[in-house]
Amino acid sequence: MSDARAAAERAARDAYGRLVALLAARSGDVALAEDALGDAFEQALTRWPVDGVPRSPDAWLLTAARNRIRDVWRSAAHRRTAPLPDDPTTLDALARDPLADVDPDAVPDRRLALLFVCAHPAIAPDVRTPLMLQTVLGLDSAQVATAFAVTPAAMQQRLVRAKRRIAAARIPFVVPDRSAMAERLPPVLEAVYGCAAVTWRQGAHDLAGEARHLALVLAALLDDEPEAWALAALVTLSLARRQPRGVFVPLDEQDPATWDAELLAEGEALLRRAQRRPGVLGRFRLEAAIQAVHADRRRTGRTDWAALRTLYVALDAVAPSLGARVALAAVVGRVDGPDAGLAALPPEPSPPFQPWWATRAELLARAGCTTEAAAAFRRAAELADDDAVRAYLAARAG
Amino acid sequence: MRYTILLHYPEMTPEDMGEDAWSEGEREFTAYAATLQAAGVLVGAEVLQPSSSTTTLRTVDGVLQVQDGPFADTKEQLGGTFVVDVPDLDTAIELARRAPGVSWGAVEVRPGALYTVEGVWTPNA
Repeated sequence: MSDARAAAERAARDAYGRLVALLAARSGDVALAEDALGDAFEQALTRWPVDGVPRSPDAWLLTAARNRIRDVWRSAAHRRTAPLPDDPTTLDALARDPLADVDPDAVPDRRLALLFVCAHPAIAPDVRTPLMLQTVLGLDSAQVATAFAVTPAAMQQRLVRAKRRIAAARIPFVVPDRSAMAERLPPVLEAVYGCAAVTWRQGAHDLAGEARHLALVLAALLDDEPEAWALAALVTLSLARRQPRGVFVPLDEQDPATWDAELLAEGEALLRRAQRRPGVLGRFRLEAAIQAVHADRRRTGRTDWAALRTLYVALDAVAPSLGARVALAAVVGRVDGPDAGLAALPPEPSPPFQPWWATRAELLARAGCTTEAAAAFRRAAELADDDAVRAYLAARAG
Repeated sequence: MRYTILLHYPEMTPEDMGEDAWSEGEREFTAYAATLQAAGVLVGAEVLQPSSSTTTLRTVDGVLQVQDGPFADTKEQLGGTFVVDVPDLDTAIELARRAPGVSWGAVEVRPGALYTVEGVWTPNA
């Protein structure tokens, strides 16, 4: 790929979410905004490598997309099949001059509103994260389908349905006010976290970088939300510890020298920003702090298990989950010995939970119960959905 | 934009519920209708009689059948509807969460597609 093309792709990618959000906020129609922008994108990728990347890529793309939307609004087909917007100024603004009230060099950032649309309670939880990956980060539905291990056709259908719903039910493009924020922010944070988790589990470095970008955008836009900064810290710190694809090395056996020092420093700085903001200690602040304790091994050469135990106890109180309970049992096993860890392990979960079996196996192995440990490792290996993890667990089973 | 707020709840009689609880329910419906009216968003509302008094028409093999009841298996029945005209889904949800019945049944919010003005269908927007 030529440098010009790469630069064009980066500029376009960076503008994508901002522009979809801006265009969709005008019409309430995400699908139309994406189609128009996709068209503008295509033009950019042929023209920019030849003409050079424009001084303001946003304004260039916005104008091109505006022209496309104008064509659609004017087409007889659209007039026949869709009701006109009730506010005639919407149509005029879009069709005639969307830049009339927009400074082309300072396109307003509507991504935050779009994030709240994607994670709206009226959107099914299982499509919130895919919708963000597509509309805010500009991934195509095939990439999103891969990340969620479903067929592109099935993913496409889910996304189309969600976008139709946004337009048909008229989900507003607004950032909730303070009173509604407590209710509306958690699903947004969850969905952004989902973007990050999905992308780094897939081992797709580019995608994971995009998810981190999204977390950073959210934190910057909300600014005073400690949980948003903590989420950005959590995503950054986790990303810093990515291991090469195809091999699984448990966290405490990883060589800290292989971790990305720059990302670790940035993650720690983000966590400090979260800590400086007032507010109750939330789930993401605790999870980021847990990551920071692990990251600290790079400096100190040892893991502060006691600190981890305190943090996991707090996490279990603030945001109880099976995952946190199992992780706490693993830490108790480190601090107080494998028998105490086994006692701290919750009862066998149903449906089966891979980390529960892996943790139990590890604790049994350290307690010297070799046969039972091997059986538990085999069970954990069966449940693993990642090839590298499965291979590691199978090897431990002997 | 018009939204219909549909209230689904288990059907009860004043005998099942007790007179006091029943009149409390009536007070809630009165207050809710008054709130929507005062907000200038109420298009129309209907509290329905129990499904035992309903009649269903359908065509089976080309023959019109008229039968009593909807014979629904669900415990919850459509008990009433409120039609409101508000700018967006969030506003409709905000009104729906205050509907009587939200504590004892499901409240559904559905955007309308078309409605009639003087008998002529008009797109909802």
